[in-house]
Amino acid sequence: MNWEAFWLSVRLATIVSAILFVIGIPIAYWLTSSRWRWKFLVEAAVALPIVLPPTVLGFYVLVALGSRSPLGRWWQSLTGHTLAFTFEGLVIGSLLYSLPFAVQPFAASFGAVDEALLRASASLGQSPLRTFCRVVLPLSKAGLVTGFTLSFAHTLGEFGVVLMVGGNIPGVTRTISIDIYDQVEAANYASANATALVLLVISFVLLSIVYGLNRRSWVVSTWR
Amino acid sequence: MEVTVPPPASAGAGLSSELEVRIRKRFANPEGSFLLNVHFRALAGFTILFGASGAGKTTVLECIAGLIAPEEGRIAIGGDTVFEFEGEKSAIMRNVPAWKRNIGYVLQDLALFPHLTAEQNVEYGLYQLSQSERQKRSRAMLSALRIDHLRERRPAEISGGERQRVALARALVLKPRALLLDEPLVALDRPTRSLIVSDLRRWNQDHRIPIVLVTHSGEEVFALGEEVIVLEAGKIVAQGRPRDVMHAPRLETVAQLTGFENIFEGEVVALNEDRGTMTCRIGPGKIDIETPLVRIVEGARVRVGIRSGDILLATEKPRGLSARNVLPGTVRELEQGHGMVSAYVDCKGTKFETSVTIAARGDLALKAGKKVFVVFKTHSCHLLER
Repeated sequence: MNWEAFWLSVRLATIVSAILFVIGIPIAYWLTSSRWRWKFLVEAAVALPIVLPPTVLGFYVLVALGSRSPLGRWWQSLTGHTLAFTFEGLVIGSLLYSLPFAVQPFAASFGAVDEALLRASASLGQSPLRTFCRVVLPLSKAGLVTGFTLSFAHTLGEFGVVLMVGGNIPGVTRTISIDIYDQVEAANYASANATALVLLVISFVLLSIVYGLNRRSWVVSTWR
Repeated sequence: MEVTVPPPASAGAGLSSELEVRIRKRFANPEGSFLLNVHFRALAGFTILFGASGAGKTTVLECIAGLIAPEEGRIAIGGDTVFEFEGEKSAIMRNVPAWKRNIGYVLQDLALFPHLTAEQNVEYGLYQLSQSERQKRSRAMLSALRIDHLRERRPAEISGGERQRVALARALVLKPRALLLDEPLVALDRPTRSLIVSDLRRWNQDHRIPIVLVTHSGEEVFALGEEVIVLEAGKIVAQGRPRDVMHAPRLETVAQLTGFENIFEGEVVALNEDRGTMTCRIGPGKIDIETPLVRIVEGARVRVGIRSGDILLATEKPRGLSARNVLPGTVRELEQGHGMVSAYVDCKGTKFETSVTIAARGDLALKAGKKVFVVFKTHSCHLLER
């Protein structure tokens, strides 16, 4: 069991799901409230990582982060090194990779809040932003927890994007799933099994939390 | 920290509570699309919007509340314009967002916040006040509506009538400039309903705001009514006090069927608001009669219906009579009907069909050419749609 890889993965997943929580909420709010006619294109783009092979996503992230892209050059002028094959690069790749796993549960729960409550809030003198904070967010607790947990679990187990963007640098970009791959390559099945089992158990526990929460529906449902 | 709720934009006295609504908007309902085209004023007190579902009642409320925008029109509360747009050629465009209008709106399904207790629901709109001020105001409101015992309960844990009170308290605690109620009592039993209404009336004695209430129940109109506006397919077809409007047929074709023998084209020549009447000049003879006051402008074209059985005949000018309309005329023709006599009386060219008993014909010695007085009450005049 490679604890260094394990903690690297946990650190990556925590940072990524925390950032996605912060940027996913406004994106999901926009998706549920906007009436822009081309919104479906944005929805499709957000959902893209679900169907795209991680290697394709990883390849383009790598190109975008490379020293020939504007983003790569800007980062290089700022920090003196490129983003590719660094932990920061891994974070950026993972953000894109796990985006739909945060945004979709958020948007689904925001959209499920009874529209009448929003009207009532407006007639009680509350701005749309305040209505969002005081009505929509509290009524979307289950969706928020689900989005956070799913994006955490999804990042924890990612492989293809990490391999493309981060390579395999111990302590920097060698995550838990890369480590399993390495162990198997070296015919080190016992170690691979131990690590894989840990990942399996964690994923199962996280998903149980998600489904358990939604079953108990402490989403306070609207009533008439 | 002591922060106060900003006063309504127009804090002037006098007319300040009047709600003026002029709306044009195309809207769709299951039967197709209608042009909603209404213009009315609501003074302090209850104004009822009555009509079948799909007539556009809720759309009117939503326009006033600011949840949707009319295509054209003007909405003002106490002289403060919250919406104004007179079409593309006009430069005036004003649309105050719902949350800045300070107009209370109790939705049909109440829309209480399920994650908050009754007290938190009532405090919801008092966000900018200090904790203690918020509590003081919400407690006062809860006890005014007699629901202080429900403070800690969630909406899911209380009865329909209690929820109704919480929703009312939540809107009233903000001291709105007007209150809109969408079918608020429809799900309640009658005793609960009348208790809530009397509490609301009592509250409004101190606050004097216009309360616009939407209903499709005729019974409710009579229970509440000070002023009723009848809406049909997006248009106002009648307006007035419930007993005037609700029993008066709204269309002339219906009127003929239900026994309006007398129907006159006319024009409103004067509004006598102090007496609750208006003067209409009717018929080819252009004679002036007094009719019930409806909210209408001088010069408007009206159609006045009077049942022949509501008209009395007198051979001398009566005195000490409550009936406001006493018109001299000449009997032109008598026609014997089934136990009754129809007498046709010409008043300066306007012909009235009246109905008297055979005995009365004898007593008054009615015959063609006889000078008589036509007498009828103000409230026997029914104003019909033009």
